[in-house]
Amino acid sequence: MVTQAGPPDPAGGPSTSRRRRRLRSRPAVRDLLDEALAGVAARPTRLILTTLGTVLGVAALVGTVGLGQTAAGQITQRFDLAAATRVVVQPDDKGGQEGEAATQLPWDAPDRIKRLNGVEAVGTVSNLEIGDDLVQNVTGLDNGAGKALQVMAGSAGLWDAVRATLQTGRFFDQGHDQRADKVVVLGKHAAERLGINRVDSQPAVFIGDEPYTVIGILESVSGRAELNDAVIMPNGAARTAYDLESPDAVEIRTAVGAAQLIAEQAPIAIEPNNPSTLRVDAPPKQGAVRKGVESDLNALFLLLGAVALLVGGLGIANVTLLSVLERTSEIGLRRALGAARRHIAVQFLVESVIVGFLGGLLGTAVGVILTVSVSWIRDWTPILDNRLAFGSPLLGAFIGLVAGTYPAWKASAIQPITALRGT
Amino acid sequence: MTATAVALPAPVVEMIGVRRFFEGPPEVRAINGVDLTIGQGEYLSIVGPSGSGKSTLLHLLGLLDNPTGGVYRLDGVDTMSLRERRRAVLRGERIGFVFQSFHLLDHRTVLENVALSMVYVGVPRRERLARARVALERVGLSHRMDFAPTTLSGGERQRVAIARALVAEPSLLLADEPTGNLDSANAEAILQVFDELHSEGMTLAVITHDAQVSRRAQRQVRIVDGTLQW
Ligand SMILES: Nc1ncnc2c1ncn2[C@@H]1O[C@H](COP(=O)(O)OP(=O)(O)OP(=O)(O)O)[C@@H](O)[C@H]1O
Ligand SMILES: [Mg+2]
Repeated sequence: MVTQAGPPDPAGGPSTSRRRRRLRSRPAVRDLLDEALAGVAARPTRLILTTLGTVLGVAALVGTVGLGQTAAGQITQRFDLAAATRVVVQPDDKGGQEGEAATQLPWDAPDRIKRLNGVEAVGTVSNLEIGDDLVQNVTGLDNGAGKALQVMAGSAGLWDAVRATLQTGRFFDQGHDQRADKVVVLGKHAAERLGINRVDSQPAVFIGDEPYTVIGILESVSGRAELNDAVIMPNGAARTAYDLESPDAVEIRTAVGAAQLIAEQAPIAIEPNNPSTLRVDAPPKQGAVRKGVESDLNALFLLLGAVALLVGGLGIANVTLLSVLERTSEIGLRRALGAARRHIAVQFLVESVIVGFLGGLLGTAVGVILTVSVSWIRDWTPILDNRLAFGSPLLGAFIGLVAGTYPAWKASAIQPITALRGT
Repeated sequence: MTATAVALPAPVVEMIGVRRFFEGPPEVRAINGVDLTIGQGEYLSIVGPSGSGKSTLLHLLGLLDNPTGGVYRLDGVDTMSLRERRRAVLRGERIGFVFQSFHLLDHRTVLENVALSMVYVGVPRRERLARARVALERVGLSHRMDFAPTTLSGGERQRVAIARALVAEPSLLLADEPTGNLDSANAEAILQVFDELHSEGMTLAVITHDAQVSRRAQRQVRIVDGTLQW
C-alpha cells in the first residue's frame, strides 16, 4: 500500500512504479564479489599471513604427490622384465605347514607346470654332490681351481627358463637327457677357468675319472647366476653318474604379469596333496613395488600436508573471525545501507574463499617448482597430473569455504544497532 | 508546529504508540509509547538529554531495530509485519543515515564510499559511479573523489557521509548527532547542506542535544525518558 502520489519532487521522491521495481531488485553477484575482493585487497599484509598455512599445506601435498608420481615413473622405466617374470619352486626346508616332512620335487614337475596358462618356459636345476671328484680339462691342468667348480644338472627346458644365451656350441636337449649322454654345457666363468673357448673340436672335461663332452659355453643367464660358474650336465647323466634323486628347484619363466598367478598355481600343480610343502619365490606385484616406494616417504609428507592444511584452514577461520570483530562497524554500515544478513555472510565467505584460493594457487606453484627442482637434481623426468595442478587451487578455495563458514555466520548475526553503537 | 505537519499531504513516518524495551534485568524502557508523524519534506529535530532514547528512536525510524510494540508505517508501508529481508530492502531504498562518527570505509575512495549505498539497492555499477559523482558535487567535494577518507577533515568526511545518504534518493534522511564530532565552522557547513536539502523537499530528522543545531529545524520535538514532549 503505497500512498505516495503526484509528481516526483526535486529531492527525489521517485515515482511509485520505480519504487516497486527497485524494491524487488537485489545486488548483483558481481557486486558482492567486488566488495569481497576489495575487502581482501584492503589488507595485503594480512592476506599473506593468512594464506601462509594454506600455501604450505597445498605445496606439501602437490610436492608429495608430484614427486611420488615422478618416482613411480622412474620405477616403471627401470622395470626389470626378467625379474618380474621369474618364479622358482623348491621344497620348503622346514617341511609343510601341517608338519609334513619336506617333499622331493617330482621329475615330471616341468611337465605339470608347462600345462599352466602363462608359463613360457620351465626347467629343473640341481647342484650335484661330486664328493672328492675334481673337474679337470684333458691336460689335467687347473687342479687347484677344479675344486671350486660347481657341477650342476638341469633339464633341457632350463635354458629357456633362465633366458640363457650361448657364446658358442649348443644347449643339451631332451635327447641328451633321455639317453643319459655324457655331455656338459660350461658356464662362462667355468669355461675360462678350464681354458676352453671352442667346442668345434669336441673338447672334454673330466669329472673325477669320467670324461664329458663339452657341447656349449654360456654367454649369459638371468636369475640363477651360479650357472656361470658351473659345469652343467643333463639330468639323465646326473641320475646315472651321481644318483640324483630329485631336482633341487624348478625355474619358471612366465608371461609378463602372470608371475603372481603362476606362483599361486605352481605348488598345487606339482604337489596337489601338499602344496604347502613347497616354497615359491615370485616377484612382488608391480603395484606393490610402487606402493612400497610411495608409502615410505609419502605417508609422512601427506600427513604433513594434511596437518598444514588443517592449520591453514584454522588460520583462515581465525583471521576471518578476527576481521569480523574488527569490522563490526563496517557490517553495521552495510546493514544500514540495505544489506541483508545473507549479503554480509556471502561477503565474508567469499573473502575467505578468495584467501583460500590464493593460498592454494601459491601452494600449487611452490609444489610444482619443488617437484621440477628435485627431478632436475635427480635427473628424473618430472611427472605431474594435470588434475592435481588444476585441482589444488580449488582445494585451497574449498578450505577457505569451510574455514569461512562460521565467521561468515557470525558476521551475519551481528545486530546493526550493536555494530553502529559507540565510535 | 503540529498544524504544519498535519497540513502535509502524505506522512513519510507514522508512529503510533511505539515502544522499545530492552530486556533486563533491569528492563530498560528506552522508548515508551511514542506517537510521531513526519510529513513529506519536513525538517524535524529531536532533542533530549543523554540516555533519553534519541538514538534508540532513530534506530527504530531507520528500521535498524524492531519495536517491542506499537505501529510504524514508513511511506505508508506497515513495517511491523515485514520480515528482515524486506526490512533490509526498505531500509536501503528509503532511508539515508548520517552518523556522528561518519562510518566511512577507510580502504575505499571517497567515490566508492558514496557509491556503496547503491550496491544493495541493485543500481548498476556505471550508474552508481555517475550518481555518486553528482552527489559529491552536490556537497562540494568533487575535488576529493579519489581520496582516501582518512585524508579528509572531519567536516569533509561528514559531507561524504551526507552524499552517501542522499545519493540513493531516500524518503527520509536520518542524522544522529551529525555535528557532534565537528567544530562550529564545519558544523555550520553541514547545517547549511541540510537547509539546502530541506529547501529541495527532502524529509529530514536530525537528532541532537545541541540547541543551536535543533533551532535550524522546521519543527522540534523533545524526548525525555523515552516519551515525546511537545
Ligand atoms: N541494547 C541495549 N540494551 C539495554 N539498554 C539499552 C540498549 N541500548 C540502549 N539502551 C538504554 O536505553 C536508553 C536510551 O539509550 P539511547 O542510546 O537511545 O540514548 P540517547 O538519547 O541516544 O543518549 P545519548 O545522547 O547519550 O546518545 C539508555 O538508558 C540506554 O542505556
Ligand atoms: Mg545517542
